[in-house]
Amino acid sequence: MSITATLGARTAAKLMIGTIAGLVAFHQPARAAELASQDIALLDRLTWGVSASSAAHLREVGTERWLQEQLHPANTALPAAVQKQIEAMPDVHRFPFDIAASFDQQGKSANQVADPEQRKAAQQVYQQAMNDRARQAAARTILHALYAPDQLRERLTWFWFNHFNVHQYKANIRVLVGDYEDRAIRANALGKFRNLLSATLHHPVMLRYLDNADNAAGHLNENYAREIMELHTMGVGSGYTQADVEALARILTGVGIDFKSEDPKLKPEQQSQLVREGAFEFNPARHDFGDKTFLGHQIKGRGLAEVDEALDILCRHPATATHIAKQLATYFVSDNPPAALVQQMAQTFQKTDGDIAAVMSTLVHAPEFAASLKGGAKFKDPMLYVMSSVRLAYDSKVVLNTLPIQGWLNRLSEGLFNHETPDGYSMLSAAWNGPGQMMLRFEIARAIGSGSAGLFKPNEPNAVDQPAFPLVMNGLYFSNIRQTLSPTTLAALDQAVSPQDWNTLFLSSPEFMH
Amino acid sequence: MDRRELIKAFAASASLTLAGRVWAAPATDARLLVVFLRGAYDAANVVVPVGSEFYYASRPTLAVARPDAGNPNAALALDAGWGLHPALRDSIYPLWAKREIAFVPFAGTSDDLSRSHFETQDTIELGQAVGGSRDYRSGFMSRLATELTRVKPISFTDQLPLIFRGQNQIPNIGIASVSKPGVDDRQARLIREMYAKGDLANSVSEGFRVRDDVYKSVSEEMMAANRGAVSPRGFELSARRIGRLMREQFNLGFVDVGGWDTHVNQGAATGYLADRLGELGRGLAGFSEEIGPAMWRDTVVVVISEFGRTFRENGDRGTDHGHGSVYWVMGGGINGGRMAGEQVQVAQATLFQNRDFPVLTDYKAFFAGLIQHVYGLQQASLERIFTGIKPKDLNLV
Repeated sequence: MSITATLGARTAAKLMIGTIAGLVAFHQPARAAELASQDIALLDRLTWGVSASSAAHLREVGTERWLQEQLHPANTALPAAVQKQIEAMPDVHRFPFDIAASFDQQGKSANQVADPEQRKAAQQVYQQAMNDRARQAAARTILHALYAPDQLRERLTWFWFNHFNVHQYKANIRVLVGDYEDRAIRANALGKFRNLLSATLHHPVMLRYLDNADNAAGHLNENYAREIMELHTMGVGSGYTQADVEALARILTGVGIDFKSEDPKLKPEQQSQLVREGAFEFNPARHDFGDKTFLGHQIKGRGLAEVDEALDILCRHPATATHIAKQLATYFVSDNPPAALVQQMAQTFQKTDGDIAAVMSTLVHAPEFAASLKGGAKFKDPMLYVMSSVRLAYDSKVVLNTLPIQGWLNRLSEGLFNHETPDGYSMLSAAWNGPGQMMLRFEIARAIGSGSAGLFKPNEPNAVDQPAFPLVMNGLYFSNIRQTLSPTTLAALDQAVSPQDWNTLFLSSPEFMH
Repeated sequence: MDRRELIKAFAASASLTLAGRVWAAPATDARLLVVFLRGAYDAANVVVPVGSEFYYASRPTLAVARPDAGNPNAALALDAGWGLHPALRDSIYPLWAKREIAFVPFAGTSDDLSRSHFETQDTIELGQAVGGSRDYRSGFMSRLATELTRVKPISFTDQLPLIFRGQNQIPNIGIASVSKPGVDDRQARLIREMYAKGDLANSVSEGFRVRDDVYKSVSEEMMAANRGAVSPRGFELSARRIGRLMREQFNLGFVDVGGWDTHVNQGAATGYLADRLGELGRGLAGFSEEIGPAMWRDTVVVVISEFGRTFRENGDRGTDHGHGSVYWVMGGGINGGRMAGEQVQVAQATLFQNRDFPVLTDYKAFFAGLIQHVYGLQQASLERIFTGIKPKDLNLV
């Protein structure tokens, strides 16, 4: 007890020192009048893009208080107009298990229709309903990204979803992908990594996506076990072996999904081992109760507790700390993050038992991070490009239809919930700055810059486009952004023949891509 | 004397005083398309070891039946030991009869044993030694392009793949979704000017150039479709477009096809894998049709995947990550209709780690041998593409 307390105090002291050093590294926070170009870069790096109101808020509270607000958010309320849109979606107040179970039933009924034509029609209705749920989930992601005050948590929500990627079009994942993002990912995005990993492992979406729902004693399926180690925790080449993959697969046997209301039939001695939480189920009849050797540890075969033991081993493995630190630094700092920074973040990860907010605090207070803000070295990925365009163009004027945005993300090959393989989308600029990608960006710059682009036309029959116009050349532009543009870019902007044309060119400029 | 004989004659008589680049020039009329099946396709169920008792014992639900003229779900006979998946009956099997396709079994990475999709895809695309630090800015097809003259490379992908990253900006275009450009010529000029001095200058100017070329080619097809012609979908549509573009404008191409990671319910003669294969086969046949008989003679299509799958089926009628794969080499001038490269009998004793196909033909030696013959490349050139690799001559070209 006292040892823990001492360690905690020491850690806290170090964190405070880090914070003070960070304050020095940044410009003086108290000076409220002017925003440095570094602050604009900071907003672009840690939020879904700078907007006039986000810049005003940062100016008001100062850099360090703003960072603390983001690392430990108290205000997470969405604007009323956004909340209203979300409340209007079907299912938002239903228990996810009920939603999934009724979809499951609908799918089964559709398959049982005798007449082939009617069966086809019923199956189409079922598929359409699942597509709708996924689109609504994507709409919620976008509304959060554009308008949530806890912007860093939103960036991390995207990051962790990508880290624990699932693909919407596998089986019926569309039905619960929004729940996965909300409950497994967003809720843990700034918390303990161990809880995040555990939440993804207990979610039916992950168990379906990586086939663990089918992994049973004597019928091993290695898929999930392998990806946990390769992608979610330790990283490839970190020392685990094929035997470790098999051991983890055996540990994970019986971890699956059940949409039925009645419990599975079990032998009396196994009944106490059954675990059901919503659609998650640990079925002891499908578990391999043999002892296992996993990463050098002897794991006594005994049921679901083996999984907890394995997760502890994985989360405390130094390779996991390094792997996660490197991933975060790649996303938030640069394609090739400085080794010293990664090491420092990994140390924080190990010291704090995987506290994500603490790791992020180390990151944002590191001199390497401050240095990376100069010169705008990091190329925006499509999600950041699109979100930052819309945030800049419309600020807090709430869009009424996110389908155009979903379409742009899909065209740019970074559609929400749409990456097929478990590695997630690339975080490296080379994946996104090739000729084909650049051409698409210019097209989307034109769509966003030229008018309301369907963003203010509600997705309902006979809806009319509400008046809206993108305003990129605003006060923020004249006070801060203009000064960061190169003479070449300014010269091109000078040749714009209309405000629409100017917007298109600005959103196409090299500066806005970074 | 046709072009290939000419190259062989050159190669045989080369005084070796000419730089590789120079005498590679005449050969760049050759077209090379690399097709990457991402997800590690189950090669053993596509080029099926029908002569192996062990295969049938290992795959109680997944095995494809031995060739049998009366059974539409049986494998199609290739030779005494091997059969082809029946989903390829109308597309690929005719090429075998014409000796325009060869299969290279037991192919893959001899140095990368990670059984990780992403790691091994990177390994292959980079074509560098495993173990040292990797240079992610240098893919092997990009290095190949550098060694060739009159080369017009292109990646038919939404993003620029690792295999084409390098010192020259190689254009990429997502070929399935080409639409009319909305950015007009004046805006394009202004945008190009904004980028003229920066890192992305080549990316942007290449992008506009290729955008217009590709749109021109694809719009003809769109007009045909508007007149009621049936338009193919998915990979077949892409592959046909690629065929037209490689006939007219590009000669070094790359495309990838996903969806091969079949851990669950992959199916046997019919089912998920069969459907994917059917689409792949129709696409490749469509490609050869569009590129046309004259150009097909000078074209080589190579189909690869990061690794094979476990030889035994798993508990879910699928297969897990394995090792050795089967590569395909197709083209009008291919020495095909045969299984190429080193082989062993398919039996439990010959499995790698008692789990999957061994790798007897390393991908680097394979590609080095192939491009040496296709382009008449000298050793110095090959050395710059695959450092320290001895090309393996499988007598394919």
